[in-house]
Amino acid sequence: MAAVGEQAISYDARGLSEPDAAVPEISEIDGTSAEFDAHDLSTRQINLELRWLINEQGVTDVTVRNPGSKHSLGVGLLTRCKITFDGSLGYFGCGIIDGPEVHIKGRVGWSACENMMSGVVVIDSNAGSLTGAAFRGGDLVIKGRVGARTGIDQKGGTIIVMGSAGSMNGFMMQRGRQIICGDVGHGLGDSMYDGTIYVGGKVRSLGIDCVPGEWTDADTEFIERKFRIYDLGAPPELQKFVCGKKLYNYDNLEPSERKLVL
Amino acid sequence: MCGIAGIIYKDGEHPIGSEMTRMLQSMKHRGPDSTGYALYGQPSDLVIMRYKLADANTPRDFEYEDRLRRHRSEVERRLASLGARIQALEEETEYAFRVTLEYSGDLKKLADFVEDVPDVEVLSLGHSLEIIKDLGDAETVAGGYHLNDFTGTHAIGHVRMATESDVDISGAHPYWAYPFSDVAVVHNGQLTNYFQWKRRLERSGHRFQSECDSEIIAVYLAEQMSDGASLEDAMRQSLEDLDGVFTYVCVTKDALGVAKDEMAAKPLVLYEADNLVALASEEIAIRAIIDHEIETYDPYEGEVLVWQR
Repeated sequence: MAAVGEQAISYDARGLSEPDAAVPEISEIDGTSAEFDAHDLSTRQINLELRWLINEQGVTDVTVRNPGSKHSLGVGLLTRCKITFDGSLGYFGCGIIDGPEVHIKGRVGWSACENMMSGVVVIDSNAGSLTGAAFRGGDLVIKGRVGARTGIDQKGGTIIVMGSAGSMNGFMMQRGRQIICGDVGHGLGDSMYDGTIYVGGKVRSLGIDCVPGEWTDADTEFIERKFRIYDLGAPPELQKFVCGKKLYNYDNLEPSERKLVL
Repeated sequence: MCGIAGIIYKDGEHPIGSEMTRMLQSMKHRGPDSTGYALYGQPSDLVIMRYKLADANTPRDFEYEDRLRRHRSEVERRLASLGARIQALEEETEYAFRVTLEYSGDLKKLADFVEDVPDVEVLSLGHSLEIIKDLGDAETVAGGYHLNDFTGTHAIGHVRMATESDVDISGAHPYWAYPFSDVAVVHNGQLTNYFQWKRRLERSGHRFQSECDSEIIAVYLAEQMSDGASLEDAMRQSLEDLDGVFTYVCVTKDALGVAKDEMAAKPLVLYEADNLVALASEEIAIRAIIDHEIETYDPYEGEVLVWQR
């Protein structure tokens, strides 16, 4: 308890913290599905409402109307459920989720689905840069175009882009797959460790240690399966790019360092 | 971090003052230190000059008010001595003024002579451009300078999180492209060859009011355009000449252009409709003036886009 005359000191010049936000409880719940209008709600109120519905009300199918490009919506949802955003999201949409099946009927800003663990996210329009950064698992389908550095530090899962992509896609990618149907910018797959990038359009330039890979039947099967699941039509002709492993220098270590590593 | 925004209408005048305020206020979290506007009203034969006699955080010592009075009358005396007839003089705050002048002489000479008065900085000079900037968020600045009634065709704005220089009006954006009339720039990012360009531009006679790296973009573009380059060509050349990370927006009396560096390190979201183009660091700023779902995209690295009003 603060003594008389003493004030709690807080510094929130950016106006982002909402320590007193409560669950709005405004949804129309119908069995296991629910719907609410997010127009007049803040980011934290929307996320609290989503958590309340999914974790406490036994709802498994939520529609969010008027998300209004607000940031950080639908983050940190850790159960299997179905969420539809009836519009565009701002930055960090659906980050660190594990399990949900999300449909975004609009655009998403930078860092969509960052560090996603599992589940499915389908974005009907474009996405910004850093889409699927540190992506760990699940499927991310973007029907429009994406910005730069898609799947930077990707560690698993599949990212499918129907349009074009910016520069440095798959930068330092470690595992997983990317299918980009349009053109890509400079430095594709720069410093990638592993994983596969398929490109349908023109590649402006390859990054360091990213090389064309050998096509196998498994590639054809994988791509056809993914396009079938998400009803994306016939896949375009794709080129395959993998890591050249020329930057792997584990054999050149000093004997003492080698002992440490091994 | 900083946030930038721009809007240009192709079908005449709109309430750009209140619209830019809504855009900038929705991005307050990107920069709470200061807010600035470059607004383009109805082009006029008169010269509009915005200037300040002191900064918002100038120490209020015993001499302060006396100095303001002295410098204020000195500015007016110098304007008269150059043959500029004052049509209207508005006192926006105790240190910021807006003056409309009947003047047909050299604008550089006018700016130099006025800025020669101690502590005085010309914020903008031209026939339609007005730059307003001060500390605080957009609603504070718009309220203090009565911007909500401002109508015009295009505008840019900036919310600043100071990283490279002080929190004061001199360090706030937009920057007027001294001595080029009706040109202004807002910038999100950092320039790494700032001192190189500052020395180069100073050698060719330009002055710098701030320690802020963004100021060179405005002067750089102005110099290119005074050598005959178009806005678009000058902006393309800047991608070669400027090092660092940047997304910047440049406005002239009838155009608005945006350029993005080779790394695409700073964000920008674009919305194009039949009668307007709106752009901002975050889509939420565009949605602050357009209350329905819109189709937007991020320009790619190394892109330069220019629109005419």
